[in-house]
Amino acid sequence: MTHILLRHRDIPDINKIDVYKKNGGFQVFEDAVKKMKPEEVTAIVKDSGLRGRGGAGFPTGMKWGFMDNNNWPHYVVANADESEPGTFKDRELMESNPFQFLEGVAISSYAVGANAAYVYLRGEFWEVAAFLDEKIEEMEKAGYLGEKLFGSDYSLKIYTHLGAGAYICGEETALLESLEGKRGQPRVRPPFPPSFGLYGKPTVVNNVETLTNVPLILEKGADWYKSMGTADSAGVKVFSLSGRVRKPGNYELPFGATFRELIYEHGGGILDGRPVKAIMAAGASSSLIDVDDKALDTPMDYASVRDLGADLGSASVIVIDDTISIDWVINKTIHFFKHESCGKCTPCREGNYWMQSVIERIRSDEGTPEDVELLQNVAKQMQNKCLCALGEFATMAVVTGIERFPQDFKLPVRK
Amino acid sequence: MSLVEKYPKEVEKILAKYPPEQKRSAVMPLLYMAQREEGFVDRHAMQDIAALVDITETEVASLIGFYTLYHDKPEGALRIQVCTDLPCALRGADKFLADLCEKLEIEPGGTTADGLITVEPVMCLAACDKAPMFQTQGSDGIKYHENMTVETTMELIEGFKKEVK
Amino acid sequence: MTKQVTLTIDGVQVTVPDGTLIVDAAKKAGIDIPVFCYHPKMEPAGMCRMCLVEVGRPMVDRATGEPVLDEDGSPKLQFWPKLETACTNTVSEGMAVLTQSEKAKKEQKDIIEFLLTSHPLDCPICDKGGECPLQNLTMEHGPGKSRFLFDDKLKMDKHVPLGDLIFLDRERCILCGRCVRFQDEVAGEAVLAINERGRGSEIITVSDPGFDSVFSGNTTDICPVGALTTADFRFGARPWELKAAASICGQCPVGCNVTFNTRREAKAEGKVVIKRVMPRQNEQVNETWICDKGRFAYHYAESKERLGKPLVTGKESSWDAATKLVAEKLKDAGSNAVVLASGRLANEDLFNLKSLADGLGGAAVLYTDMGGGDLVASVGVGQGTNFSDMGQGDAILVVASDLYEEAPIWWLRVKQAADRGATLIVANARETKLDKFANFVVRYANGDEVMAVQDMGGKSKIAEAFAKAQNAIVLFGSDGLGMEGSSNVAAACADLLVKTGHMGKRNNGLIGVWPKANDQGAWELGFRPEADLAATLKGKVVYIVGADPVGDTPALEGALKGADFVVVQDLFQTATAELADVVLPAQAYTERDGTFTSGERRVQRFYPAVPPLGETKADYAITTEIASELDMDLEGSSPVLVFEKLAANVKDFEGLSYVKLAEVTEQWPIVGRGDLYYGGTTYENTQGLGVQLVSAAERGETVSIPEFGKEAGLRPKEDELMAVPVTKLYDRGATVAPTELLSERIGETTIALHPDAAKKLGVEPGAKVKVSFDGVKGEAVVKIDETISAGVALIPRNMGLAIREPVAIKVN
Repeated sequence: MTHILLRHRDIPDINKIDVYKKNGGFQVFEDAVKKMKPEEVTAIVKDSGLRGRGGAGFPTGMKWGFMDNNNWPHYVVANADESEPGTFKDRELMESNPFQFLEGVAISSYAVGANAAYVYLRGEFWEVAAFLDEKIEEMEKAGYLGEKLFGSDYSLKIYTHLGAGAYICGEETALLESLEGKRGQPRVRPPFPPSFGLYGKPTVVNNVETLTNVPLILEKGADWYKSMGTADSAGVKVFSLSGRVRKPGNYELPFGATFRELIYEHGGGILDGRPVKAIMAAGASSSLIDVDDKALDTPMDYASVRDLGADLGSASVIVIDDTISIDWVINKTIHFFKHESCGKCTPCREGNYWMQSVIERIRSDEGTPEDVELLQNVAKQMQNKCLCALGEFATMAVVTGIERFPQDFKLPVRK
Repeated sequence: MSLVEKYPKEVEKILAKYPPEQKRSAVMPLLYMAQREEGFVDRHAMQDIAALVDITETEVASLIGFYTLYHDKPEGALRIQVCTDLPCALRGADKFLADLCEKLEIEPGGTTADGLITVEPVMCLAACDKAPMFQTQGSDGIKYHENMTVETTMELIEGFKKEVK
Repeated sequence: MTKQVTLTIDGVQVTVPDGTLIVDAAKKAGIDIPVFCYHPKMEPAGMCRMCLVEVGRPMVDRATGEPVLDEDGSPKLQFWPKLETACTNTVSEGMAVLTQSEKAKKEQKDIIEFLLTSHPLDCPICDKGGECPLQNLTMEHGPGKSRFLFDDKLKMDKHVPLGDLIFLDRERCILCGRCVRFQDEVAGEAVLAINERGRGSEIITVSDPGFDSVFSGNTTDICPVGALTTADFRFGARPWELKAAASICGQCPVGCNVTFNTRREAKAEGKVVIKRVMPRQNEQVNETWICDKGRFAYHYAESKERLGKPLVTGKESSWDAATKLVAEKLKDAGSNAVVLASGRLANEDLFNLKSLADGLGGAAVLYTDMGGGDLVASVGVGQGTNFSDMGQGDAILVVASDLYEEAPIWWLRVKQAADRGATLIVANARETKLDKFANFVVRYANGDEVMAVQDMGGKSKIAEAFAKAQNAIVLFGSDGLGMEGSSNVAAACADLLVKTGHMGKRNNGLIGVWPKANDQGAWELGFRPEADLAATLKGKVVYIVGADPVGDTPALEGALKGADFVVVQDLFQTATAELADVVLPAQAYTERDGTFTSGERRVQRFYPAVPPLGETKADYAITTEIASELDMDLEGSSPVLVFEKLAANVKDFEGLSYVKLAEVTEQWPIVGRGDLYYGGTTYENTQGLGVQLVSAAERGETVSIPEFGKEAGLRPKEDELMAVPVTKLYDRGATVAPTELLSERIGETTIALHPDAAKKLGVEPGAKVKVSFDGVKGEAVVKIDETISAGVALIPRNMGLAIREPVAIKVN
C-alpha cells in the first residue's frame, strides 16, 4: 500500500526539502494560512476521526477545540518523548519524514492560534533533534516558518527542546513541567493543558505520529481519512513490532489489520518458527494477551483489542514466544516502572519498589506461592489511586501476567 | 570561566528559544552545555546556571538527580549505555551486556581500569528492532549504535581510545 | 458576598463559599479527612493520595441539561469508580462526599500501608513520637500489620545536617513535599528540593550555608513525620513530658505569638527549663510561623551568667539594703534623676519607670538610635490591620529597612501580600532580600532618604500607585541611619500617609521596624530618646534598666564614670553593670507575666514559662519597691494591677485589661494539639490574640507632623569612606549571642565594601582589615556588595563595632 506516514519507504529522499515540496509538501499549510480560518482547520481534523497516537487515543480535533480563547498566547507542543518500551515509530518519522511531521506541527499551530511550537524530544534523541534543527532552518530559509508567513499576519517559530532521560516526561503535564525547567512530574488534573498548559497558557500537546497525519488529512479530506481503518479507529497506524519476530520494525497499516497479519505477513513470523505465547500490544504498559487463534485474528483497533482484555495504546507490539517465562517478562516491566517512577505519589513510588522486592524474591529460590499472591495484591492495591497513568500501567502486566499465565508462577510451598 | 564567557553565542541562542520571562526553561540545555567537557555538572556550573536562569542552586541540583542523562560526578570519558529493557532483552541484550562487561573486565555500571569507558544498563532507547544496541554519551553528545556485537563494540572502543590519545 | 455552596459530607449538610476545597469544607464541618501533603496555607499538591474520598455529583441529562432525578425525586448522583483527592477538588452544589465508606476506608488503609513500607521503626527514638501525624493517622486508618518484609526496607541516611540548625532523616521522610513547597511558596527561598526520583527521592539543600533560610524551623512544624527536626530540640524530650506556656517572642517588634515548652529535668539539677520554642497561632500577627531567631535564641534567659542577687559596690547585698540605697540617691537627685530604659522591657516595667521618673521630676530616656515612635502612635496602623488581607489594590512601602534581617515575619507577610498582587515599593540605598518581590525598587543615595519618601507624594508612576491604592502601609527603619536620620524619615513617611489619606483605618498607617520588641510600647508610655547620651548622663543619678550603653559603645564609659550614681537593673553583669554602684537582678520575661506592644501597636500578653531565677524580681516590682521608699504609690504587687493602672492613665490604652488581652476568637486553619496533621505542630492560641491600640488618626484627631530635616544624615564625602549601620538578624546582642547553636550564623564582624572601594583600598573579599571611626577601633572581615555606593561601607550593629549613625571611617 502507499504509505501516508512512512512515505520515505515509497519516496526516497523525502527528508530533503525540494523532494518534499515536489511531492505536494507545504502547499496545505500555505493554503490553510492564506485561505482558511483556524476553526475550519480544526473542524476537518475533528471530522477525520484522528485520535492521539501516543497511547491515550483522545480525539485530536476535540482536544484542539478545548483551547481557552480567553487566555493567550497559545502553544503547540509535539510530544517526541517516545520512551515506551517497544515504541520506535516517532523516531523513524522524524528521521525519515521530518517535513511532514513539521508541517503537521505548523498546521496545528495555525489551527489553535499558536505562534510558537516546541518539539520536546527525549534526551537520547540527541541526533534526531540536531537533524530537526537543520530541517527547521531549511523551512525558515524557504519562508515556511518565521514572521508574517505567505504575506499574512500569521507568524510561527518551531523550536526543539531535549529532555534528559525520564519516561515520565511523556505524560503531557510532566512534559510541560520539564519544558518549563522543573522536575518532570505530572500536575494535578484538571486543569488540562488546553486551559492551563505551558507557562500556564493554553497548550495542545500531541504525539509526533498524530501530527504527521495532519497535512494529508487536510490535503485529502476527512472522508478520505475515515475511509481507512475502522468505525472506532479511523485512519492508519504505524505499528512498532518487536520481540521474538524475525523482522522487527515499524509497519504502517490501517486500523483493523489483524495481529496475525502484522506478526506473520510483515514480521516474518516467530524466530525458529516457535508459537506466539503472549502479545503486549501497548509496550510495557500492556495487559498481556494470552495468544490463541482468536487473539491472532483480532483486528488491531482500540475497541477490538479492549474486547481481548487489553489496550492497543501506542500500538507498540511486543511479541513473546514460548521460550520466555512470564515471570521474567514482568520482572523486566517492574524494573522499568520502578526506575521511571517520578516518586511524586505514594502508591506508585512505594508500590513499584515493593513489587520489585517481591518479584525478585519470586525469581530467587526463596519465593513462595504467598509471594505470588502478595505481588498480585500489591499491584491491585496501586490501582485507581495514582496521580498519573504510569502507576496504573505499571500494574497491568503484573496482574494479567499472573492471572493469565499461572503456570509460569508455580512455586514450591516452603515453610 | 562561566558558561556565558565560554560560549556566549550559544547561551544567547538558547535563551532566545524561550519567552524572556521564562528563562528557567533554558536550564536543561544549559546543563548539557555544562556537562560537555568533564561529563558531569560541577558545583561551579550549578551556581553559574542558577544565576543565568534566576533560580536557586538547590533547584538546579534537584534536576541533575531527577534526569538520568545528567551526572553530578565523573565517570568514564565514554559512557556506553546498553539497553536491556524488555524488547531488547527478548533479543539477547542481557547476554550482550554480560559478555561485553566480561570482555572489559568490569561489572555492569562499572568503569574500565584506565578510567575511559563506563558500561551501564539503561531503559528502552526506541531502537527495539535493532537489538542488541547501545548509545554512547560523551563530550560530543549522544550517538546510537545499533545491531551491535561484542566484536563491533570493541572496535568502536578501540577507535575511541585512539581518538582520545 | 461570595456565592455559597451546599453539599453533604458523610451525610452532614455543609454550606461553604464557592471555591472551598472538599478537605477544608469537611474540616469546617468537624469531619477530619486525613492528609499528609496538604497544608491549608499552601497550594494543594495531590501527591500523598491519603485524602482519597468518594465524590458523587448530581447527574445532568446531556441532551436536556436537566438534572436527573431518581424514584423519590432527589437528584441522582454519579460516583466515579475512581476515588478523588479531597485536597484538589472544590465543592459543588449538591455534591455528596463519602469519607468513611468501605471503599474510602480501604484506600486510606492501603496508602498508610504503602507509606509504612520503607518507613523505619523509629518511634521509640524519634522526636516526633507523640505529636506525629503519621502515628496518629496510622492508628486511625492504617492496617495493624505490614506485609512488607523488614529486610526489604530501603536504607537511607539518617542524620543529614541541612545547615547547622536542621537535621534530616531520609528514611523517615514520606516525601510529602511540604517542606519544599513551604520554602518555595511561602518563604520564597527555594533552598530545599527533592533530588533523584522514585523511591530513591530525597530532600537536599545545596545553599551555603545549608538550608539558608531564616524560616527553616517552620518546616519541622509542618513535617508530618520525624524527618525534619531541629538541632536545638533533637533528642531533647518527649512532647508529652512538656508543659506549654503562652508567650510573645521578645526578639523583634513583630511580636510573634509563641509557646515555650518546658520540662523539669535532672540534668538541669531539678530546674524547670525551656526545651523549645514553638509558634502559637495568631493569624493577624504571625499566622502559624516564627523565624529561626525566635525559635532558637531563647537560651540567654537560662544562661549561667544570670544575676541572682543584688550587688552594692560589687558585693552581694540584700534587696532591702539595695533598694533603700537607690531610693536615697534618687530622692537627693530629684530632677537630676535620669531613668534610661530600653524597649526590651515590658509595658508594665516601662509604665512604672515613667511614673517614677515623673514623680521625681526627672527624665525618662529611651535607649535607642531610632526615632519616630511618637508619629507611629498618631498614625500607626488602624485596628484590625492584618497583612493577610492585603493584596490586589493595596500598597506597601518599605523605607530604609532590611525587613529580612530586622523583622523576618513581616518580610514574609509583606512578600505574600505582594504575591497576592499588592504593590510593593522597596526604597533603600542597597539591595535587600525584599527587592526581588517588589514592583518598584527605589535605590536612593545615602542622604537622600527623606527626598525619596517625599517623591512618593509627587507625580511619578510609583507615587500614583501609592496614592491610588485602596490601603497603604509604610514600614520605616534605620537601615543606614542613626537617630536624626530615622526621625526625619519617620516624619516624612507620616507626612506622606497624611497627604495620601492612608491613615486612621485598618490596613493603613505607619509601622516602625524597631530594633527591640517593645520599643513602640516605650514611646507610647512617654519615653523619649536623647541624641547625646553622654551629656544626658553626666552628673546625674542614673537608673539604667534593660540597657548596656557601655557594652554597646565603650566610648560611653567616660560618661558613666561622670555620672553621680549609677544603678543598673538587668539580667547580666554587663559592662555598664561593672561601673554601677548598685546592680539589681531582674527576671527574664520568660519568668513572669507582662505585655509587649508590637510595631503594629498590638498589645499582647506573655505568661511565665519557668520559675524566677534566684532572688530576681520583675522589673516593675523592683521599681515599685524603690518608689515606695520615696512615698510614691506605684502598683507592684501584680502585673494585672500595674496594667490596670496603665490603661487608666495612658489614653490609647483605654479600655484594655488582662482579661481583654486574653480573649481569643476561632481562627482558621485549625491547628493545635487535638489535631496535628492538618496545620502541623503550631500551638493553638487559647491565651489571647491581643488588642491593637487606637491611633489619634483613628479617633479623627488632626495629626501634626513636626518640621523635619530634608537631610537624613551624612552624605559620603569625596575621597572619604562613610560607614553606615545596618542590622543583622543574628548578632552579638545579649539575647542572641548566648545561643551556641547560632554561633556560625552570627559569624565574624564584617565590613561591606563596593568592589571599587575594595580595589582602591587594595583589599580582597575575606581579608581582615583594621577599621577606625569616631573613637572606635577594631577589625572586620571584608565583604563585597555591588549594590552600595563606592563611598559607603556597611557595618552591622551589635557585632563589636559601636556604630550608631553614619560616620566617616578609616580602613587600614
